[in-house]
Amino acid sequence: MRLAPNFAKPSQARTDATEARLSGLALPESGAWGRAARQDALDRLREMGLPQPRDEYWRMTNPRPLNGAQAEAADLMADDEAPIWGETGALRIVFRDGVFDAAASDDLSAIEGVRIERLADAMAGDIHWAKDLYGALESRGQSPVPRPFAALNTATATDGVVIDATAAASRAIRVVYERSDEGADPVLHSLVRVAPGAEVTLLESGAGGARINTVLEADIADGGRFHHVRMQGRDPGRRAVTHSFARLGAEAAFKSFTLTMNGFLTRNEQVVEFTGDDAIAHVAGACVGDGRDFHHDDTVFVTHDALRCESRQVFKKVLKNGATGVFQGKILVKAGAQKTDGYQISQSLLLDDDSQFLAKPELEIYADDVACSHGSTTGAIDPTALFYLRSRGVPEAEAQDLMVLAFLAEALEEIEDGDLAEELRVRLEGWLARRAG
Amino acid sequence: MLDIKGLTVDLEEEDKQILKGVDLSVEAGKVHAIMGPNGSGKSTLSYVLSGREGYEVTGGSATLDGQDLLDMDPEERAAAGLFLAFQYPVEIPGVGNMTFLRTALNAQRKARGEEEVSSAEFLKLVREKAKTLKIDADMLKRPLNVGFSGGEKKRNEILQMAVLEPRMCILDETDSGLDVDAMKLVSDGVNALRDEGRGFLVITHYQRLLDHITPDVVHIMADGRIVKTGGPELALEVEKNGYTDILSEVA
Repeated sequence: MRLAPNFAKPSQARTDATEARLSGLALPESGAWGRAARQDALDRLREMGLPQPRDEYWRMTNPRPLNGAQAEAADLMADDEAPIWGETGALRIVFRDGVFDAAASDDLSAIEGVRIERLADAMAGDIHWAKDLYGALESRGQSPVPRPFAALNTATATDGVVIDATAAASRAIRVVYERSDEGADPVLHSLVRVAPGAEVTLLESGAGGARINTVLEADIADGGRFHHVRMQGRDPGRRAVTHSFARLGAEAAFKSFTLTMNGFLTRNEQVVEFTGDDAIAHVAGACVGDGRDFHHDDTVFVTHDALRCESRQVFKKVLKNGATGVFQGKILVKAGAQKTDGYQISQSLLLDDDSQFLAKPELEIYADDVACSHGSTTGAIDPTALFYLRSRGVPEAEAQDLMVLAFLAEALEEIEDGDLAEELRVRLEGWLARRAG
Repeated sequence: MLDIKGLTVDLEEEDKQILKGVDLSVEAGKVHAIMGPNGSGKSTLSYVLSGREGYEVTGGSATLDGQDLLDMDPEERAAAGLFLAFQYPVEIPGVGNMTFLRTALNAQRKARGEEEVSSAEFLKLVREKAKTLKIDADMLKRPLNVGFSGGEKKRNEILQMAVLEPRMCILDETDSGLDVDAMKLVSDGVNALRDEGRGFLVITHYQRLLDHITPDVVHIMADGRIVKTGGPELALEVEKNGYTDILSEVA
């Protein structure tokens, strides 16, 4: 699919920046369809160019740390926590600095109802079902807003996970992005195809690189269900740009949640498109950030192009010591998408005056029988509530942590599986405890 | 036990004096009531004693068992044994009632150098206390005070009091918003806690709460001072004649 014609030819400066990023980057070896998909993506990228700080879509997040030809080295974090969701019985797949780690991974075939492959393997051949999905949702997602890093990813991704769910999966799939190289700069691209009535859960965790670019394309057929829960690595120096594209058929369901703690820069884009009637998509996230070197951006775009679909966006951020949080979320209801139920809320809790939350909630509606609402709030901890807790003997710091967890709880509730959510809550408690005093 | 001497307090924002020299001593085992018209400073006294922000103490002292209350953080006052049952208990979404209560109890115990209570012990303790206050499992599970009726909120305050076992309990207008049945439950809860080691300061506008919680001493507060002190009969006098008579009498 070609880009919408409203993209102006990129300026020379933008082209130069894009070419600088691409210099020395070879397209990975692929079979025929892979080569074509990568070349198309590269053409898309060149047509739009990499984002520049003044771009409207990047007004609140400076893309420069993601644009450089080389990833800036980021210190490795000593992490003594047990791996999250390690006890859930999920099938484990490990990428270390973006490279598949067979020894640390489970047997990819040890799952019923789902076929799992590595992207590198899927792309090696000349025939594969992934041909119809790889880059397809990404390229659809380039309009009306360009997402150059996603195109860059499609062109250059070296590996990823290809999941084909044909029935209810016998276990969840847990992808762990380990990091052991200070300069690792992985580009990973994963595909999820959910057949009619099938259901699968994908868990992701870890930093994965000093700079990491991931794309997930999820095509959920009629009545299929896809759950995506993610905890982004705590490494304070890492930069991450992630895109998740989901397309939903009739009566399909997509539930997504991301917890982010730390990270120098995180841009999580979520693009959801309803193409069948009566489907639901919930995308939610929580982040906690401490310090000026924390910048977190949730960018969401939900397109309703079917009847009676329900979309829900719930994003919460806790920011302190000069941290920055960004939310730009849009609900687009196309003409004819009657009875759409769209909801969007973004909230931040600022623990001091130095931190900031920038929000751009948008509704664009071309149907006349819809219920859409959006809200955005930012505030400090309620002093009355804090006093109430302290008056019962809870020390101030602990009372504040209780309030922070309470604030985030509403986002965590979006996760359907309570056990997965509970593990995230425990991680949040740990994060807060480490910052005590 | 609780000794307040010459306490003067300004509202920080408005530079306005609210308490103009309060003298009051509550002995262990006794129930003191403070009555007074609106704006007399009754609630301010309870806030200042519990350490709420927004008030400036300009003179006098307040001690609990000889410890200077005014020098402590709110949580330290709680650990020292002071408890304020709020007139308007605060709703805190996302904080479970039980989680909160256990955190509070263990924080107090930790501050006093005592061992923390295990989950099982705590559960047993709360269930037992909750039962007499007719607080069901659902109320315990819900977020703190969220969606509670007025009566439920007040019962929840008394539950906290029963679990935390403070030395000195201050009840700020606990009767406000209660129907007769709830008033009885709350009063029974308070009466069950009366013992010789514990002091009570019951702040109320109306006499009706004192029908249920019989005070040993009644103080009338007006314009930031205690203007009259007497026995339970003083409350009845207020009920019969209103505040105007008493105030004109002391003026």
